[in-house]
Amino acid sequence: MTSPLEQKKIKIAGPSVVTANRTWDGIVVYRTAAQGWSADLSEAAIVRNSDEAKALLAESVADDVGAVGAYIAPVQVAEDGKVEPGNLREQIRRTGVTIGQPVQV
Amino acid sequence: MYAYDEIDRTLVNERVSEFRDQVKRRLSGELTEDEFKILRLQNGVYLQLHAYMFRVAIPYGTLASNQLRRLAHVARKYDRGYGHFTTRQNIQFNWIKLAELPDALADLAEVGIHAMQTSGNNMRNVTSDQWAGVAPGEIEDPRIWSELIRQHTTLHPEFSFLPRKFKIAITASDHDRAAIRIHDIGLRLIKNEKGETGFEVLVGGGLGRTPFIAKTIKHFVHGRDILSYIEAILRVYNQYGRRDNIYKARIKILVHELGIEKFSREVEEEWQHIRNSSLQIDDEVIEDIRSRFTYPAYEKLPHMPDELRQAAADPDFEAWRKNSVSPHKVQGYSIVTISLKPTGGPPGDATAEQMDALADLADKYSFGEIRVGHEQNLALPHVAKRDLPALWKALDKLGLATPNVNLITDIIACPGLDYCSLANARSIPIAQELTRRFANHELANLIGRLHINISGCINACGHHHVGHIGILGVEKNGEEVYQITIGGRADESAALGNLIGPGVKFDEVADVVEDIVEAYLALRERPEELFIDTVKRLGVEPFKERVYATR
Repeated sequence: MTSPLEQKKIKIAGPSVVTANRTWDGIVVYRTAAQGWSADLSEAAIVRNSDEAKALLAESVADDVGAVGAYIAPVQVAEDGKVEPGNLREQIRRTGVTIGQPVQV
Repeated sequence: MYAYDEIDRTLVNERVSEFRDQVKRRLSGELTEDEFKILRLQNGVYLQLHAYMFRVAIPYGTLASNQLRRLAHVARKYDRGYGHFTTRQNIQFNWIKLAELPDALADLAEVGIHAMQTSGNNMRNVTSDQWAGVAPGEIEDPRIWSELIRQHTTLHPEFSFLPRKFKIAITASDHDRAAIRIHDIGLRLIKNEKGETGFEVLVGGGLGRTPFIAKTIKHFVHGRDILSYIEAILRVYNQYGRRDNIYKARIKILVHELGIEKFSREVEEEWQHIRNSSLQIDDEVIEDIRSRFTYPAYEKLPHMPDELRQAAADPDFEAWRKNSVSPHKVQGYSIVTISLKPTGGPPGDATAEQMDALADLADKYSFGEIRVGHEQNLALPHVAKRDLPALWKALDKLGLATPNVNLITDIIACPGLDYCSLANARSIPIAQELTRRFANHELANLIGRLHINISGCINACGHHHVGHIGILGVEKNGEEVYQITIGGRADESAALGNLIGPGVKFDEVADVVEDIVEAYLALRERPEELFIDTVKRLGVEPFKERVYATR
């Protein structure tokens, strides 16, 4: 799996979003079409080609105070429009660890 | 315990103030992430999958009970109620908020804890034997020298911007519990023929993408010269170490490419320039550090107290005692290892409640002292044998008396893809499944000493290369795949494991380990022949055949 830090060339194979971690508390966020950040994947702006991805990433990286470590991540969009993470890493980022935590939150 | 002086306290407090200002400027936008990243890393703050991760140093693995309580406080107040003890005597908190980090650091500073030397391309937290100062037969307490190096290297400008991170470990016993041969510099405390204290110096060990076992660069360096010798090594590294390629930047690559002889000559030449400088250590300096380590006022106690004799009738107590209790240098006392590897639990995790309770037990039974080992377990270093039965009952109530130390379920595992932004595959669920699969203590004892180490990526934080059985998670075509090695070890006979064959899927890993273990039980010459010795005797082939015959 490519580390986001190594994501130099922008080449997407399908629908994608820009994700990052919110600066003040680190939680996972997604770039929205309204040029903001949301913790809800369903509110993420979906890009479908490299130019769109490049533009969305550039805009996201520029918002350095809002979120940190922005990168493009694949998603799956169902026929009803429901958006799901496109790989295990992003699934874990969205839903949390796959193990029981020692202290239940 | 080591008592910090006013200089240490001032340094730690000033560091908190400095970082508070840096965080404030970051949150206001005055500092960009690019500018801030190196500053947060110098204070132990990483960005992981779900949140910031905060790594706190526990120098040479020694903790006082009030410090452990404070770690529990941080877990409870700023995190999610637990912490994760790492393979380098640190503790990590996984869910910390950047905005609250200065407060967390300030709370820790009140008890002399900090996060310096836990990340970044600098000299990292010097690690040592978790049994330092109490192990029978050790040359002397290696923490005295660990502390000397800590003082010299903390915020040292020459060591703050190295080509890559740099790790030192020190042992003073014949049996290496500090894994010195997989460190950038490994120091083995020895005496020369004149009875003088010094070090065998090893260099160029490390795991990760390109693993190497450290080589001896000097058979004896006098204690008074150790700082200048380390500095000479660092200078050669600083001068020649590659900064253009992160994967080739560690000193192990330099030692490998130059060859140990040439590297050694370069160090020797540099050393001759500086060995008779102010880096030469006066005896008074060592004596001052030595005097700041306080040792308990041990009582004169019998070797076999009545309490222990009576408790021996309880098979559960005996199982724990035989597994987790080790000889102490003082008669009547023991070292108790506390397994953080319960069946089905994430290796190395402890809840705030467990930390608080353990601090109380340390006060009651171990002169207020706790140790942290690189195997991700804790230890109480000064327990009177008469107190062992009571301590066991208390630990059992806390879920901290699993009698599996050094057995197959005493697994080292990195946080893996569940937490880590670098990981390719999960580690913890693999470890959990293995602890369930081998939960039967009779079976685990029948198997005997067997170390399983698991890493979720090639960076090898779970030390998979040196596991008797090593498990490396990688990603292939979007799936988690695990490569299995056998024959690695991290002790005084350190060796890298050998791959047994193609990687296997997530769901198959525990079955493969079971196959390897069954093969071992069938192949060993006698019950005392350890897994690692059977592998050494027979090589990989018979295990490979067993694992892949039906796959």
